[in-house]
Amino acid sequence: MGFDPRYLERNFTSVGTRPVRPDGLDKVTGRARYGADFNMAGQLVGAILRSPHAHARIRNIDTSKAEKLAGVKAVVTSADLPDLTDGNAEMYAILDNCMARGKALYDGHAVAAVAAIDARTARKALKLIEIDYEVLPHVTDVDEAMKPTAPVLHETVFTEGVEPTPDKPSNVAKRTQYGHGDIEAGFGQADFIVERSFKTEQTHQGYIEPHACVANANSDGTADLWVCTQGHFVYRQHCAELLGLEVSKLRVTSSEIGGGFGGKTHVWAEPVALALSRKAGRPVKLVMTRDEVFRASGPTSATSIDVKIGARKDGTITAATATLRYSCGPWYGMWAELGAMTSFACYNLENVKTVGYEVLVNRPKVAAYRAPSAPMAAFAVESVIDELAKKLEMDAVEFRIRNAAREGTRSSYGPVYGPIGIGPTLEAAKNHPHMKAPLGKNQGRGMACGFWFNFGGQTCTDINIGPDGSVSLAVGTMDVGGSRASLSMVAAEELGIPYENVKAVVADTSSLGYNDMTDGSRGTFSTSLATISAARNAIQVLRERAAQTWDIPVEDVAWEKGHAVAKGEKYGNLPSLSLKEIAAKAGNTGGPIAGHSELVADGAGVSFATHICDIEVDPQTGATKVLRYTVVQDAGKAVHPTYVEGQYQGGAAQGIGWALNEEYIYGTDGRLQNAGFLDYRIPVCSDLPMIDTQILEIPNPNHPYGVRGVGETSIVPPLAAIANAVSNAAGVRMTHIPMSPPRILAAIKGEQAG
Amino acid sequence: MEEAVGLLTGSAGTAAILAGGSDLLVRMKGGFTEPDLIVDIKSIDGIGEIRQTAEGFSIGAAVPCAMLGENEALKRAWPGVVEAARLIGSKQVQGRCTIVGNLCNASPAADSVPALVAAGARASIVGPAGRRTIAVEAVPTAPGKTSLAKGEIIDAILLDERPARSADAYLRFIPRTEMDIAVVSAGVSLTLDTAGTITAARVALGAVAPTVLLVEEAARILVGSKADEATLQKLEEACSAASRPIDDKRGTVAFRKQVAGVMARRAATIAYTRAGDR
Repeated sequence: MGFDPRYLERNFTSVGTRPVRPDGLDKVTGRARYGADFNMAGQLVGAILRSPHAHARIRNIDTSKAEKLAGVKAVVTSADLPDLTDGNAEMYAILDNCMARGKALYDGHAVAAVAAIDARTARKALKLIEIDYEVLPHVTDVDEAMKPTAPVLHETVFTEGVEPTPDKPSNVAKRTQYGHGDIEAGFGQADFIVERSFKTEQTHQGYIEPHACVANANSDGTADLWVCTQGHFVYRQHCAELLGLEVSKLRVTSSEIGGGFGGKTHVWAEPVALALSRKAGRPVKLVMTRDEVFRASGPTSATSIDVKIGARKDGTITAATATLRYSCGPWYGMWAELGAMTSFACYNLENVKTVGYEVLVNRPKVAAYRAPSAPMAAFAVESVIDELAKKLEMDAVEFRIRNAAREGTRSSYGPVYGPIGIGPTLEAAKNHPHMKAPLGKNQGRGMACGFWFNFGGQTCTDINIGPDGSVSLAVGTMDVGGSRASLSMVAAEELGIPYENVKAVVADTSSLGYNDMTDGSRGTFSTSLATISAARNAIQVLRERAAQTWDIPVEDVAWEKGHAVAKGEKYGNLPSLSLKEIAAKAGNTGGPIAGHSELVADGAGVSFATHICDIEVDPQTGATKVLRYTVVQDAGKAVHPTYVEGQYQGGAAQGIGWALNEEYIYGTDGRLQNAGFLDYRIPVCSDLPMIDTQILEIPNPNHPYGVRGVGETSIVPPLAAIANAVSNAAGVRMTHIPMSPPRILAAIKGEQAG
Repeated sequence: MEEAVGLLTGSAGTAAILAGGSDLLVRMKGGFTEPDLIVDIKSIDGIGEIRQTAEGFSIGAAVPCAMLGENEALKRAWPGVVEAARLIGSKQVQGRCTIVGNLCNASPAADSVPALVAAGARASIVGPAGRRTIAVEAVPTAPGKTSLAKGEIIDAILLDERPARSADAYLRFIPRTEMDIAVVSAGVSLTLDTAGTITAARVALGAVAPTVLLVEEAARILVGSKADEATLQKLEEACSAASRPIDDKRGTVAFRKQVAGVMARRAATIAYTRAGDR
């Protein structure tokens, strides 16, 4: 019997409640095991030597002195990681990033690594490695990198997506375009047009836990990896491909994760740890320092964006365009393309065109960051939307409601929407008490909308029913935001048993089939689908066992509230059998009872949010204070509302940091100036107000409970909402993120000077 | 103390003094320094105490900043010094860090130093040649550098007893609300007469020059006034003009010059109100 994922209205028992999370006690008592908490007997300490240059040819590496140092057990360079990627450009970029091959492409790029008996010896050994660099001109700014005179990172990159292909190499790796309609005609119908350019600086996810792993490679071709990751199956795949291992012989166990937000979606130092272990013949532990995390993991893009929107006097948008330039680090990624796809996704537009340029720069390899690329595009678009509303003398919310996408709208990136939440979130924002609250002197209110696709993907889960009737649920998607609680609730809901009777674990790669990683807001959406399917398979077995006990046809056995019930007049005298009773007799009725599921979770429902915030600006110093913040977002169905609210608040908090203070600052030497939390300013608790949330539930038609992903959309509107609020408070349009006090003060002084 | 001085004097390699360790340990962990000798001074008799003397206060070199906030007499006499010391790092850091450490780290952005300079504080130094006392502003000579000779230890910071109608205040600008480092800062100390006219003033600025600036011109503007709007405007302009900041990751020259004036004006206003309340 195939699994039917379609939405069916129902009453819930477990889903929608707020039980305590199963990993909570360990986390608050410090017992939870994170990446750096794994240890093996005889393990060595790994350390990585990193380029001090933004761009340099590596003429020679002499490791002989380091190798001779007592206590050093292995030294590796790119020669120990031969290219096995077989033309796969994405994997080659990951390999080249793990260990520089011929050229160091950014400050912090790994060039060699050692494994030694302790950290002191390892650090000493790094200093003994001699590298002969030929320093090359570098470029770190996205607009500078596009100029024809800019130093070119790769002589092999010729812009894709333009006809004819250029005959000269450049840092523009690819051009992409989305949209429909006739832009010229659309602007021709406009009574008002606003056109502006924006910049956003590069930010890091800022997860508290640095990348950490223990690698143990054996001489028989098997290996183990304990690692902090968003996807241990993906890490297994990457490491196996880069080291020439068979995937089944590399077992990857994920630790608890102290934040990832997209930054732990592909490997960074893990293949290096395995290569060191293979060479040393001993386990190797490798933990990045915070400095290394900032310099050499995967922040999001810096951007430069132009937006032009036209509207008629009645408030109808007639045409909208955006040109988006996103920095990728030294290798191509689809970051500008995601910006181009999401820019106008909130709106119902007849004429729309977006163009994205992927730009290579001498900065670390860009990785996903929570709804990657969408927040910057939303900042630019929603700023212009606000300005256009002012020109039209229309209320900013009304203007958005008038142009909001709805069911049946052809989205700017192609697909036609099903039932969606942009209209309802805007209506909810309009009616929220926050919108009507009075504002004081130097205070401003802003609002903005945001969109994210959400993703489904490959998922595999196991449900095993123990002899005592308790249930273990094994999943393969890392729990980054409380999914073990949510998935236990889903299993309990299906089986008709209490939440406390279900224990969810994240199984290692040898215990389950392949699972995509926890990204794209897919963890709870896709794994709850597989869990529902696995539970229903287990119920089928439970019914069969009851039927066998009663010696009646299985068709006559129903599953109700955790019990097998014989249906029909003739079975009137049969008392129902509980899950616990059936489980106790499993040994005599056919053995252990289990339910398994493997599927591709199609139909992740798109997600929309509207945010409102109030900001106070000190006009003499440019200092800002977030006074009030409200998130309204569609969850489809909130399985565990507390964790849904947590996702809403977390996205807003990260967005506030990004909007106001966080930025990568490079010197003219191409080196990162602020690789630490002192000068890379994420918000502290006292910087934030209590972030108010409102959950809307517009069911996703492709999930039995209506669940949509909720993790990412919450970071899309904040940059724009805060920029609109600051612009209103300061009386000057802010176009450069972060809106740090020096930028705000300069803008105010500039406005005063006229 | 003699033993500590002896160890430092006799060391051949890099030597470091450990009190709270909130700078030293971070620098060691970051790989910026690997001292051959570390002398922990916390157990030296009396060095962890705040004493009230005939002249005023003596704050031992190993007194954590949190303790300054628990000393009612010190808080009453020198509220600006105490509020500066209690802005350093986080609550946890304040349980370890010391104002002598903050001074000897010689950062132009050190929080307690502008307040100490405004307060006219002195550093009591013990060394191989005996004991000497110098003005706090004479300790740092450049970012990361001090005037201390080999083997010298600052064992205490000395603050005077306060005349009537005197108060100080410290303000810093940070982009966040806490756990941050000053982009610009100002310490102001004032004494008023019974009519509310300022009779003595000291104004110090942080993070706008290689070392903390004592702005004598600003003091001259304040003395003789009642901190009225015209005076405060002149004070703001004088402090902006006296600032010699650089462009760096924490702020621009233009920003620092403007905000130095704003911080000085606001700190002067607070100090004036405090002094008048006594």
